[in-house]
Amino acid sequence: MSALKISWQAALALVFCVIAAFTLPLAGAEGSNPFSLGTTFTIFALVGLAALISAMRVTDALAAVILFVGAHGAAWLLLAGIAGNEGAARAPFFLLIAAAWLLAWRCVTVLSALRPKDRAVSTFLRLLIPTVFGAWILILWEAITRGAGIPFVLLPPPSSIGVRLVNSVPVLWADVNQTIFHSVIVGYIIGCGAGFATAILADRVPFLRRGLLPIGNMVSALPIIGVAPILVMWFGFDWHSKAAVVVIMTFFPMLVNTVAGLAASGHMERDLMRTYASGYWTTLLKLRLPAAAPFIFNALKINSTLALIGAIVAEFFGTPVVGMGFRISTEVGRMNIDMVWAEIAVAALAGSVFYGAIALVERAVTFWHPSVRGG
Amino acid sequence: MQPAHSNTVIEASKLGLTFQTSDGPVRALSDVDLSIGKGEFVSFIGPSGCGKTTFLRVIADLERPTSGSISINGMSPQQAREARAYGYVFQAAALFPWRTIENNVALPLEIMGISRDERKARIKRTLDLVNLSGFEKKYPWQLSGGMQQRASIARALAFDADLLLMDEPFGALDEIVRDHLNEQLLKLWGQTNKTICFVTHSIPEAVYLSTRIVVMSPRPGRVTDVIESTLPRERPLDIRESPEFLAIAARVRDGLRAGHSYDD
Amino acid sequence: MDRFRDKIIPVTTLLAGLVVLWYVFAVIMNAPVQRDMDRRAGEDPRFSEFIGKTLAQAKPTLPAPHQVATNFFENTFTRKITSNRSLVYHAWVTLSSTLLGFAFGTVLGILIAVGIVHFIALDRSLMPWIIASQTIPILAIAPMVVVVFAAIGVTGLLPKALISTYLSFFPVAVGMVKGLRSPEILYLDLMHTYNASASQTFWKLRVPASVPYLFASMKVAVAASLVGAIVAELPTGAVAGIGAKLLAGAYYSQTIDIWSALVAGSVVAVLLVTLVGVAGRIVERSMGGRPA
Repeated sequence: MSALKISWQAALALVFCVIAAFTLPLAGAEGSNPFSLGTTFTIFALVGLAALISAMRVTDALAAVILFVGAHGAAWLLLAGIAGNEGAARAPFFLLIAAAWLLAWRCVTVLSALRPKDRAVSTFLRLLIPTVFGAWILILWEAITRGAGIPFVLLPPPSSIGVRLVNSVPVLWADVNQTIFHSVIVGYIIGCGAGFATAILADRVPFLRRGLLPIGNMVSALPIIGVAPILVMWFGFDWHSKAAVVVIMTFFPMLVNTVAGLAASGHMERDLMRTYASGYWTTLLKLRLPAAAPFIFNALKINSTLALIGAIVAEFFGTPVVGMGFRISTEVGRMNIDMVWAEIAVAALAGSVFYGAIALVERAVTFWHPSVRGG
Repeated sequence: MQPAHSNTVIEASKLGLTFQTSDGPVRALSDVDLSIGKGEFVSFIGPSGCGKTTFLRVIADLERPTSGSISINGMSPQQAREARAYGYVFQAAALFPWRTIENNVALPLEIMGISRDERKARIKRTLDLVNLSGFEKKYPWQLSGGMQQRASIARALAFDADLLLMDEPFGALDEIVRDHLNEQLLKLWGQTNKTICFVTHSIPEAVYLSTRIVVMSPRPGRVTDVIESTLPRERPLDIRESPEFLAIAARVRDGLRAGHSYDD
Repeated sequence: MDRFRDKIIPVTTLLAGLVVLWYVFAVIMNAPVQRDMDRRAGEDPRFSEFIGKTLAQAKPTLPAPHQVATNFFENTFTRKITSNRSLVYHAWVTLSSTLLGFAFGTVLGILIAVGIVHFIALDRSLMPWIIASQTIPILAIAPMVVVVFAAIGVTGLLPKALISTYLSFFPVAVGMVKGLRSPEILYLDLMHTYNASASQTFWKLRVPASVPYLFASMKVAVAASLVGAIVAELPTGAVAGIGAKLLAGAYYSQTIDIWSALVAGSVVAVLLVTLVGVAGRIVERSMGGRPA
């Protein structure tokens, strides 16, 4: 066993550093190099030292910290230097970004292999690892768009999308208000409510259930979103037509899942309720609805995404001059791609929050279910 | 490490295994000394948590001991596993539902890279041995529970390991089927002269099958008694009514009770 | 026989009920416009005549089922399939990008799932994002992808197929991860006692065990793929495809055309999902699956 045990990522990073050192400068033509000698040296030092120290006999946790600092410090300096000098980057710039990325990869590999005893630490790692991954998507995106000078209208760098997002808060808020707080919420409540009520009705009338279930299953495969133009004609350009689209999109998943959930309680439990001479509604309330809860929440979660899609796409067919779908389609037409990305980021955030809220309620309501207990 | 004498198959000394769980360490095995000779039929019996299955899993290199030593044919468990020195039969049949019975038996042979012709011959031989001829093309779900377990025994026999490790193989079957399979297993052991380690929680099963019965007790898992059987090798089912049989069964029961009084 | 009583009769009855309801609504919704037209023309038709007219408008608010059926039939069977009035032509345009995207998406999804199952680093870093991205209305990026690709000169099949790829890869990746991890610990222990290599465990245990999961997720993926292709046809004013047909219908208020395009889309969807389902059943049957 030698004192050095170098990972292939660190080794490759060092090789990239060496090649980069021979092909300097990092960017620009002679004299207009945005990277000072000191900065360039610091970047090399960060990458090189992190790679070397990680190869020495240090504990995994220490190696991870050093790799983390080295990779992200180098990336930060590189990105800061290239901002304002779009398209000026030369090969060593990309080599160093790649080297930093390799170190971050090594860092994630080391972190993934850690098995901390402390629960708080392990939760922290569970969040940190995907965060590093996500951050590197953004870093590479930023480095490539700025470094190679990709035209702004094709793919704007994340930093300028962020700036656009912050500067357009009032407009974005108006869009969210129109699309989420009117179309989505109203449509979602009506659609899920109607689906649930129909499922209870179908449960009472077996003939209806046998007919509705195959139809519901088939409809879930259809491109229902296509009814949007019809509903826009019927209910006008404002949010009512979008809410109607959402109602139709959310109705069937709720129906099918609730019917399946109502059949989920066991025979023994149902027989037990019979021995208590419990009536239909009592059995429904005390046994079958709680047993159906995981299925119902599943539908609520599926529907949260479907509702957003329905409302946004329906706006492609005509809206008043506000709304997320409207903004996306018009700004695409004007080639304001950064605004489109900002709107998409907001939509992603809204979708995650909506879904997360339902998941939280689910954890509270179906705490007894194995999937929640983690058993 | 050299075996104590050339006939020893399994040699454990001061064997211990401690699991780290969220409720603190659990001593699944503690100071187990045991040596099993060639051709023996050894049963491990004890209440749940006594470490009988864990001991079997240590032999099979499915768990690593934390102290002491163990050797199988003079090798470490890992070497023994790599040499495919044993066949393992689990509590459930664990047949692959997408393979026919013959292809299930062929699975270990494929993994060990045995030729197609040789595979055919061995499948036929082992399926004959467990009386499953004629069911080659059936899928597992078309067979009864007892037949499925027999197929899994055939699978463990297929690659001719001298050692057979069986972890409560008949635990999930009803008593009538179990009696039948016990009888067949004894016959099979007589025909093949294999060494068998057999985990069970049924006293009659242990006494009926074994040449030696290892009684274990929990917290920590340890061996409390080792009983040599005085029964003849040839054992009809009605031997279970003989006074000799009942005497051994009584001793096993006493051993189990003694182990139990510990934690109450 | 049981299948007939338990399924076919209720479903047909319900569908027949829907058609009747559809006619009733067609009359009610088209009546105001018809009354208006009659007043302007100075006519005063009898009641039955009036009903007939509400069901035969050129641009009805809600076309009657037979109008949609006639339009669908004419545009499907009587036109040359190369004509851009033929629904078969439009359906084919959409179908081709759906299939291309679906194929890419399935392959990509399987590859990513294999990676996630074999490398913990990938599992811990990528898997949370795949799960989180299912909560995001991904479809919203469709217009941008199409426009951006058009800006660099890539038009037609590829951008649409890309959106379909994107939509179909998520369900396949998630389903395959579940499937490749479905073998119980008992089976993995068994492979361990045979000293099986990682690739032997993969091919002989994980892959066969994942097949039912693969087909279940492919059914979801193919439906998503079709929706992606249709929505991708909306923003650019594409000239061909079911989405283009919907948009043109909306633009010119050709309601009957919209409805028959919808029917065409639904037929394609049912065909695709059925095809995947049948393929799945054949594969599972050949693997000794218990007949359902």
